[in-house]
This record gives sequence, C-alpha cells and structure tokens, in this order.
Amino acid sequence: MPKVVKIRRGLDIRLKGQAFKSLTKPELTGLFAIKPPDFKGLDLRVLVKPGAAVVAGTPILADKVHPDIVLVSPVAGSVESVNRGERRKLLSVVVRSSGSPDSVALIQGDPARMESSQVKDQILRAGLWPALIQRPFGIVARPSDVPRDIFISCFDSSPLSPDFDFILGAEKQSFAEGIKALAKLTSGKVHLGLTAGQADSAVFSNIPSVEYTCFNGPHPAGNTGVQIHHLAPVNKGEIVWTITPQLVSLIGRTFILGRPDFNWTLALAGSRIAKPQYFQVKTGAQVSPLLKGNLTDSELPPRIISGTVLTGSRIDCYGFLGFYDSLVSVIPEGNYFDFFGWALPGINKFSMSRTFLSSLFPKRSWDLDTNLNGGQRAFVVTGQYEKVLPMDIHPVHLLKAILVEDIDKMEELGIYEVIEEDMALCEVVCTSKTDVQEILRSGLDLVRKEMS
Amino acid sequence: MKAKKLRQLVDRIKPRFEKGGKLSILHSTFDAFEAFLFVPDKVTHKGAHIRDNIDLKRTMTVVLIALFPALVFGMLNTGYQHFLAIGRDLPFFSWQGLGFGFVKVLPIIVVSYVTGLGIEFISAQIKGHEVNEGFLVSGMLIPLIMPVDVPLWMVAIATAFAVIFGKEIFGGTGMNVFNPALLARVFLFFSYPAYMSGDKVWIAGLTKGTGIVDGFSGATPLGELAAGHADKIPDLATLFLGTIPGSIGETSTLAILIGAVILIVTGIGSWKIMLSGAIGALFMGGIFNLIGGSSYLELPFYYHLFLGGFAFGIVFMATDPVTASQTETGKWYYGFFIGVMSILIRVANPAYPEGVMLAILLMNVFAPLIDHFVVQANIRRRLKRAIHKV
Repeated sequence: MPKVVKIRRGLDIRLKGQAFKSLTKPELTGLFAIKPPDFKGLDLRVLVKPGAAVVAGTPILADKVHPDIVLVSPVAGSVESVNRGERRKLLSVVVRSSGSPDSVALIQGDPARMESSQVKDQILRAGLWPALIQRPFGIVARPSDVPRDIFISCFDSSPLSPDFDFILGAEKQSFAEGIKALAKLTSGKVHLGLTAGQADSAVFSNIPSVEYTCFNGPHPAGNTGVQIHHLAPVNKGEIVWTITPQLVSLIGRTFILGRPDFNWTLALAGSRIAKPQYFQVKTGAQVSPLLKGNLTDSELPPRIISGTVLTGSRIDCYGFLGFYDSLVSVIPEGNYFDFFGWALPGINKFSMSRTFLSSLFPKRSWDLDTNLNGGQRAFVVTGQYEKVLPMDIHPVHLLKAILVEDIDKMEELGIYEVIEEDMALCEVVCTSKTDVQEILRSGLDLVRKEMS
Repeated sequence: MKAKKLRQLVDRIKPRFEKGGKLSILHSTFDAFEAFLFVPDKVTHKGAHIRDNIDLKRTMTVVLIALFPALVFGMLNTGYQHFLAIGRDLPFFSWQGLGFGFVKVLPIIVVSYVTGLGIEFISAQIKGHEVNEGFLVSGMLIPLIMPVDVPLWMVAIATAFAVIFGKEIFGGTGMNVFNPALLARVFLFFSYPAYMSGDKVWIAGLTKGTGIVDGFSGATPLGELAAGHADKIPDLATLFLGTIPGSIGETSTLAILIGAVILIVTGIGSWKIMLSGAIGALFMGGIFNLIGGSSYLELPFYYHLFLGGFAFGIVFMATDPVTASQTETGKWYYGFFIGVMSILIRVANPAYPEGVMLAILLMNVFAPLIDHFVVQANIRRRLKRAIHKV
C-alpha cells in the first residue's frame, strides 16, 4: 500500500477548454526548434551553422561549462536558422526536416545491466540530459553529481494540464525502461508521485524498485517540489533530481530502440481553442498547424502559451513548443478596460477570496484572460500566500529576504526547497500583483552565484 | 452604452497626462481617477498569465461595507443621545435622529477624506507612483473613533499627522508600523485631552450646554466605572445594542458584530486576531474578577467585550494586516496580548478609562518581534532536519 499524503492548502483553478481525450497526428510544418532560454543554468553555444545537414540526434547546442551536456536535433534535415535577440542572446535554433528517418546510433540494451557511467553517457548523447532538473535552484542537473534521490510526479494538477496516463498510454515499456536507467544514476530511491485514480494506472503502477506515494488534494499537489517537501525535503548541501513522465519515456526509448526518438504527445487546451485535444508531434514542433482553424471567434486576441497558464512562456502563433512542455494553453488576452470592475458584485469574476458573488458557485469552470486585474502595490494583505503553499515555509518572509538580498536569511527560510512553479499560485492570488516568480528566480540565481 | 462613451471621453483626454503632455505633472492623479472608473487594461507580462480578480480596491471596499452598520448606527445614536440630552423623548429609530446624526457626522468624514486623500495624492505625484488605496479605510475609521463634538480643524490636523508621520515617511501603504487611524486619535488624545475625554464630549451639544436637561450625565459607561459608579452602567442588553454615549462608531457591539461577520466570511479580516483578542480580554477580566476588591474589578469579565471601544478596536483596528502580526501563528499571540493589555490599562490605570487604543499601538510595536519568534522556530525546524541527516 503506498503512503497517502493529504495536501490541504492550494487551489484548483478549473478553466474552460480542457482537452478531450482524442489523439490526432497532424501535418506538421517541418520546422522544429530548440530554444536555449528553456534551459535554466545552461550557458549554451551553438555548434552548427545554417544550412548544415543534421540527423536526429546530431548535437546542435552545447553547454560552455559542461560540454558533454548537448541539445540535439529532433529530426533529420538541415539547420534552417540560428535566431538571436538583444545583445546576441541565443533565442532558438530552427531545423527543417527532410522527412528522412536517419539518426545517430546509441546503445540498445537493458540499462539495469549497464554501468551507471554508460547509462549517463547514453542520456547525454541522446540530448536528453537537460530533462533532469536539479533541486535546489531548478537548473539542469550536473553530470558529475550523484543525487540523493530522483522524484517524478506522474500527474500535473495545474489548470488545463494533460493526463499523463493518456499521453503515455502506449508507452508503458519505455517508461519502465526509463525508470531503470534513472535508478542507475542515484544513490537513493526513485520516487513516483501518484494521485487518486492512478492507483491502477496501466502506465505508472507496478514498476519494481520504486517508492510510490499517493498525493491527494488541490494544486500544487502535482508539483514535484511539494511532493519532495512532504517526503524528504531538500536540505542545504543535498541535491535531488526531478523529471517529467514523458521525458522519462523518451529516455527509455533510446535504450529499447538503440537510437533517439523524439515523438511527443501534447495537449492543446484553453477557452480560445475550438476543439481542444491531444496531438502527436515531435519535440520542438511549430504550433501553427495545431491552431489553424482551431481558434474560436472573439474580440480579444489569443495568448498562446507553451506550458501551463501558471508557469508557461508566451509564444506567437508561429512559435515552437518548449522542450519540457506537454501542453499548449490558449486563453484570451485581457487588454480591455472594465468599468467599475473592482466595485461590482462580480458574479462572473474568479477569485480565491470570497469577495465576489462568484464564490457562491465554487464548482464552476472559468474563462480567464490575462488581465492583471489591478495595479502593482506593496505587500499589504497577509495570510494569502500561505493558503496556497502547502509547505512549511513562510513565503512572504522568504520573498522579502530575496528583495533585500540577504543570502543567509534566504537559506534559513528554505530557498533550497522551492522553485517558481511552487509559488506560481501565490502570484495568481496576490492582491498586490507582486511578481513572485521573478523575485524567486532572482533569489535562486543570487544564491547559486554566491555559493559557487 | 454609458461605459463606452465614458471610456472614449477618458481616452480623449488621456494623452494630455502622459509623458510629454501638457498636464503630465498630474499623471498620478489622472491614473487614480481612471483606475477608479475602470480596472486597467494592463495584461500579465511575467510569471503567471492569469490573475485573481481581487485587488486592494476590492479589499478596502469590503472593509467599508463592513463598517457601514457601525456608521449608520453611529449616526442614529448621535441623534438619539442628543435629543435625550435636551429632553425630547424621541425613539431610537427616528428621521430627526438620523438627520441630526447625519449632519453632525458627515462633515467629520468629509474633512478626514479630503485631508487624507489630498496628502496621499500629492505624495504619489511627487514620487511618480500610482496613488495607493490604503487611506480608503483609514479615512472612514478616523471619524468613527472620534467623539461627535470634536472640532473639525482638529480632525484635519490629526489626519494630516497620521498620514504623513504614520504612513508616508515610512514609504506609504504597506510600510507603516502603526495603525494610522489610531495615530490620529492618539495625537488628539495627548494634544487636546479636554476635547477627547471626560463626560461632555460624547454627546452632541453637551459641551456647549444650551438647553440640556438638569442633571443629565453624558458620561460613558467606562467613565462611570472609572469614577467608581459601577451601579450606574446600563444592563448588558443596552451595552450590546449600543444606545449609550461614546465615540461615533464604537458603541454598538451588534453593529460591529455584523461587520465582523462580513470581514470573516469574505476572508478579509483575520478571525484569529478577533478571537484571540476576545479570549485575552476575557482572560484579563477573569483575573481581575478573581482578585476582586472593588466594584470595577468585580465587574463580570464578559462585560468588557461590550464596553468602550474594545469591539471596534479588535474587529477593525487590530485586524489591519500591515500593522498586525504577519504570520498566522503570530496573530494568535498578537490578538491575545491586545485583549489582555486593553483590559489591564482600562481597569488598573486611573489615567486612562479606555485602554484599547494604547494596547493596539503598543502591540503594533511588538508585532514584528512576535513574528520574529515564529520565523525563528521555522528556521530551527529546518536546521534540525538538516543536522539529523548528517
């Protein structure tokens, strides 16, 4: 019987436009991109020039400090462009697919019977090493480290999140194989976090040598950070790694097939989508074919987000899927003036507080837009963040320690235990519209810089 | 639609207030009025893409709604007490009473808001920031804790003192140490004590003294208790309803209770502070009952919740989030000590018949210390966990 942890604090935001469980394989544009800004903690150098021929698995970017961490082309074809922004910041490397199935060769075999260094090497060469995220700091894991444990959350409790059981429905073997590989990399355990209803999951249950825990409760119960906090919090000096389920399956596939395979399933969801559903694409795919003819009519322009509405990054309609994202959310922009909006009863206004009449209907789903809903203010209201952060951490005190750059205080207050996604809900419910995630990231970067 | 026409009008004059426009000096003021009429069209650019609809304006509005019963009761009571004093026996609910009360109370409210908001607007303009909504609530609290006959010029300088020295020099809304409304009152209390205490200031017209019924006493129940006349205080039902002399908004425990329910149901006011405050007061009252020895000490401990400004203070002043304890655990201690100190000062200190104002200001100073201990406990838990692993 797996251990059950009840998460009491948090908030489930039911948004309209949840993806229907139907899978389509659309006609893709043939362009695929790897976006360096996706990868925190890596300083990437581009290895190829536009026009160069590549196959699936050819390295196209490498980290300057750890050159064995590479990012590879997901398809065979040629490099289309290398895009830079202000001050020559690398924004993306775009590859055009030729349709050929060529790829680099990797080892085919059972990871359980290999040396851990061989397993590590395979993951690195497959360009899948950045799948492993380290806590503390939420940066890409360092190959030289041996983590205390590895944590995987098999469900995502964010708004509009995809169902990983559906995404990995046919991938039970590759997921299990991926777990075997990961087990080789840690001196401790591999933890899987499940939720109610996943107990007999075809994909995630009955995998040998893993620690199962059931997490029940509102978002952020599905956040790996919250799960780590309740099982074995990260203390100063400890390192744990986290990875999402679909990336585990990609790692597993390299061992089963003996080559990298970047087939990827994503959910397209949100109130501006006419037919929210799942699509089978490849990593780094361009999203325009998915949106074509699939947007509802509206006065408000759409905001297209690679990832969740809480932590995702904004892309335009010709943008590309992020490396880690299994979801594209499309919601209306909120660039309109609301006459006396703050004073009216607000039966259609979403709020965690009970100050709008909408609190009379707690179970309804919302069509939320991107309006800030107020101006930025200093910290005034108290007790608000604590209601949506199920951790033994004082969030406001931590943020204030970051704002005054008091590193000792940040450490004492638990900065090693959180990353932006854990405090995203605090940012959503904040009365003063504080940039919580940005402040937290600046704190994490400051501590990492000072500690190195 | 009316809103569309209004929006077009605002859009037409907006460029004059933007950078380079003729009136760009007043852009904070323009932004404040625009934000009052319309929730702005700003969208999210960093972090979470969706946001809760609550903002500070909404929060303040809920507190104002919660204050409304106490305000209306205060106006009615002002009229009622006045007519009692001049010998006209009008019932509590009368149009003359409400009208009289309205005419006496409204000027105080207007002076408070005009002075306070005026200073807030000027400060925001000087700093180039958006006008903060913090004063929306303080502006209503200040009149409600004043005696009805307070001279208007005193209200103005007290409000100015509270906003400048109580808020702006610390950095504005969210940065202050002391409750601004209480600062206004305490400023007047120590500068003009004759106008803020005694037997005459609580009922309109009593200070002037024309036409007052012979032998009529305008003393508040706390005043009677302090003078040793415990037998002269009204019964509990009257105290609960609040048809007694006192500051404009503090007398009716019933009206304040309605406000407390509004604050708790909407999640705006901390029930922890209110409950622990009541417990602290009952505790201190109980100790005095055990000690005994005078009619005041032996006053049943539960009377203290209904006397003076305790109910008003614990519901509307102590719960101010900026000046209270900011940790949830801290709030229990903060409220408890306010309750204890209020009753202690009331009963034991002959110079102050009412202790709530001073107790809250004192605990405003200690709130960060209480939080410090709570946060230290959290830090120690984290360290202990790390050490055990080694």
